[in-house]
Amino acid sequence: MVELVWLIPALPLFGFLVLLLLGRRLGEPLAGWFATLMCAGAFVASVIVFAGLYSKPEHERQFQQILFDWLPAGGLKVQLGFLVDPLSVTMVLFITGVGALIHLYSIGYMHGDKDFSKFFVYLNLFAFSMLMLVLGNNLLVTFLGWEGVGACSYFLISFWFTDEANASAGKKAFVTNRIGDWGFMTATFLAFSATGTITYFANGSTPGLLNEETLATLAAVTATGIAALLFFGAVGKSAQLPLYVWLPDAMAGPTPVSALIHAATMVTAGVYLMTRVSPLLAHGYTWLPATIAIVGAITALFAATIAVAQNDIKKVLAYSTVSQLGYMFLAVGSGAYVAAIFHMVTHAFFKALLFLGSGSVIHGLHGEQDMRKMGGLRKFMPITAVTFIIGWLAIAGIPPFAGFWSKDDILLAAWAHGGSAMWKAVWFIGFVTALLTAFYMSRQVFMVFFGEPRFEEEGEHAVHPHESPWTMALPLVVLSFLAVVGGALNLPFTEDTKFLDKWLAPVVEAGQRSFDIAGVAQTALAIGTAVLCAVSIAVAAQIYLRHKRKPVEPEVLAHAWYYDESITAFVGGPGEAAFEQTAAFDKGIIDGAVNGVARIVQWGASKLRLAQTGYVRNYALGIAVGAFILVGLFLTRAGG
Amino acid sequence: MLLAAVQPTTTWYLVLGALLFTIGAVGLMVRRNPLVMFMCVELMLNAVNLTFVTFAKALDDIGGQTIVFFVLVVAAAEVVVGLGIIVALMRRRPGATADDISVLKG
Amino acid sequence: MELFVFVVAAAIILCGAVGVIISRNPVHSALSLVATLFGVAVLFVEQDAHFLAAVQVIVYAGAIVVLFLFVIMLLGVDQSEDLETDPLAGQRPLAVAAAAGLLGLGLATLILTHRDFDDVAIGAQSAVGQVSGAGSDNVRKLGEALFTNYLFAFEITSVLLVIAVVAAVVLARRAAEAPMFDHDAQTAEADR
Repeated sequence: MVELVWLIPALPLFGFLVLLLLGRRLGEPLAGWFATLMCAGAFVASVIVFAGLYSKPEHERQFQQILFDWLPAGGLKVQLGFLVDPLSVTMVLFITGVGALIHLYSIGYMHGDKDFSKFFVYLNLFAFSMLMLVLGNNLLVTFLGWEGVGACSYFLISFWFTDEANASAGKKAFVTNRIGDWGFMTATFLAFSATGTITYFANGSTPGLLNEETLATLAAVTATGIAALLFFGAVGKSAQLPLYVWLPDAMAGPTPVSALIHAATMVTAGVYLMTRVSPLLAHGYTWLPATIAIVGAITALFAATIAVAQNDIKKVLAYSTVSQLGYMFLAVGSGAYVAAIFHMVTHAFFKALLFLGSGSVIHGLHGEQDMRKMGGLRKFMPITAVTFIIGWLAIAGIPPFAGFWSKDDILLAAWAHGGSAMWKAVWFIGFVTALLTAFYMSRQVFMVFFGEPRFEEEGEHAVHPHESPWTMALPLVVLSFLAVVGGALNLPFTEDTKFLDKWLAPVVEAGQRSFDIAGVAQTALAIGTAVLCAVSIAVAAQIYLRHKRKPVEPEVLAHAWYYDESITAFVGGPGEAAFEQTAAFDKGIIDGAVNGVARIVQWGASKLRLAQTGYVRNYALGIAVGAFILVGLFLTRAGG
Repeated sequence: MLLAAVQPTTTWYLVLGALLFTIGAVGLMVRRNPLVMFMCVELMLNAVNLTFVTFAKALDDIGGQTIVFFVLVVAAAEVVVGLGIIVALMRRRPGATADDISVLKG
Repeated sequence: MELFVFVVAAAIILCGAVGVIISRNPVHSALSLVATLFGVAVLFVEQDAHFLAAVQVIVYAGAIVVLFLFVIMLLGVDQSEDLETDPLAGQRPLAVAAAAGLLGLGLATLILTHRDFDDVAIGAQSAVGQVSGAGSDNVRKLGEALFTNYLFAFEITSVLLVIAVVAAVVLARRAAEAPMFDHDAQTAEADR
């Protein structure tokens, strides 16, 4: 049954090819249904593969399927192969599952768009790339998927490219990702030069990068170098500081895109990568995981502060995503890989739900995205409101919703790290971020769904919000269900309920830190966080629901700490000056040298040209002089 | 007479040939009238002929005289064609000198 | 006796050569050339090249110089060039210098390789034949060499002569009926 793993990426690829050729012919909504069917089929295949893997004994859950030799080049042997192990199966399950729901949602959301079938072409291509990323058995196949999702992100963000802003956003995403990709590529080169292989696990005659035998030969410096460079790539792809700038701008794309790519799947690729190479991290210096955790924590706090002051419904969710991704990297750095994956899964559920919900609101209000012009929508859009509220409670960390369990796991890992006191500071940052998360999400819910409507209900600019069609409502309902019960994946009560812990153990055992903490302390920490989150919600209610207090939304936060502006100023100012210098160097000195040779030849020729006077007598003189020289040479050479 | 004892040796002839050649070369480079330039070329050819014949006698090889024979024939042909060109040229521009034909100036 | 002949002939040759290059009038140059050619013929006889001497007089002095004179007549005798100045800068001194250099080198070669040629007689080993020797006279010896060893070259030169004649006819033809390349007509056409 695990041999069917090739079906998982094959179905979306097939969908992509069919829609590429026949999409316009199929038209709306058939193209959408076909794409959804492909993605759903991939989900069914994932379930089958999961069942097959689950039926294997615990320490034999690793299967590689090689399709063909891709690059047999000298010492490098790279195959196109799939790796089926608990981690990759977990990823494909939620990618295809959430992906299929979002495909279904898109049929309703993109209704009436003139490029309807093109949208699904890109969506299926994206699904294919993401699945290749996750299922690849070596760094190069992963990179193939990595680049593929970057490209699809570009296509989909600038889907409505006739608007300049959308096109720029797509370019920004692609370029920023590319900066991170440099790290990925260099890491691959380094891995190959140090170990001679880039395949994850040993396969036939190819050694495995992550097998203990190979890792033992690596110097700690090299292992740290490879992991650090891969982390740099993850920083770009998963929108951490300093390369997060593309994610808020990426909201220019259609909302299903934001849900799928920028909430549930692509941005999690970085977390997946770091978890995949956790043995490498374990073999490196300890300052690298610490750095990862600090970057994650600071990003989480940074983004959360910005989300407090945003007025666009999608921008709030975008910064929220950056913040939650920061949590995941915090977990990775703390050695709690399982917690990171757990949060990734629950985050996929509730963030996709929130994005799709916001899309439903935008659709219902015919394109309005400013929260200041919304309000009281729960009367008009009941299903959207209820599901959105469930998502809100999940992300705010209110038990028993999914977000509470996963966020708690992460904070616990930071608190109980047992390293230096720095980890307590990391925990504190995460804790404050949790409070802020509850606050700004509550602010969003109150502004949008509660209170008095701030949009025109009568008159010529009247807006009549309505509930969304079933193709959009059904995914909302399904996702809200998952957001409620998702915590069951890894409940911390007994060993038996820690399903995800046991499931992922063989993959992350090299890097996973175990920590001792008394059950009492654990419970106290969890309850305390939950209570304080509830307090945050109450505070938000006071400000935004009952209007008892004035809102505190400083300008600097609304402008995202002027981060984008400072980048522009730097690159436009000293950056541009430096670029101009380099360009001038290239033009003046390098080009100048090459052109200079030509100019010298030209100059020499123009001087030599003067010898051609056109007079026969001058030429005769030339012959005479030449003859003189020649005879002289003969005489002197012959030596008398 | 004492002078009767002195015989002109091969070297004298060779020196004479060299002198004749030099005079012809100077004339070629200095004169502008195409016909006179041609005659200077003839001078140089004659100097060469003289040298060859001298060596033929000195080295006792008839090959030297054979060469002179061929030089004579080719010189004749050359004069024919050259004068034809000069005639064609001078018809176009009466009074042209060698300096006027400088269209191939670089 | 030989000395006397040599000196007189050399004088004629050199005076004639100088006359060629100095004369203002091309006809005078042609006459000086005749003198030189005659002197060279005398020296040919001196060097036992009797046939060549005859041919020299007949062909060179008799035909070639006459051809020169024909052309001078055809194109006008009163063409005199200005001998005082040279329009090309530095041509005259450089010419004299180069020629003098060549002469100097030639003389240097002779002095450096000083030998008594007269007692080097390689005629016996010559591939072609000897100049001296009993029996046959110069014409016969020359003929034997020409028609056996150099036969191919001989035939080629005859072809060359034919070509030269054809060339001369074509070049000097007066383009009366259909001008191949008529400057005046062409420029008139362009102006229109």
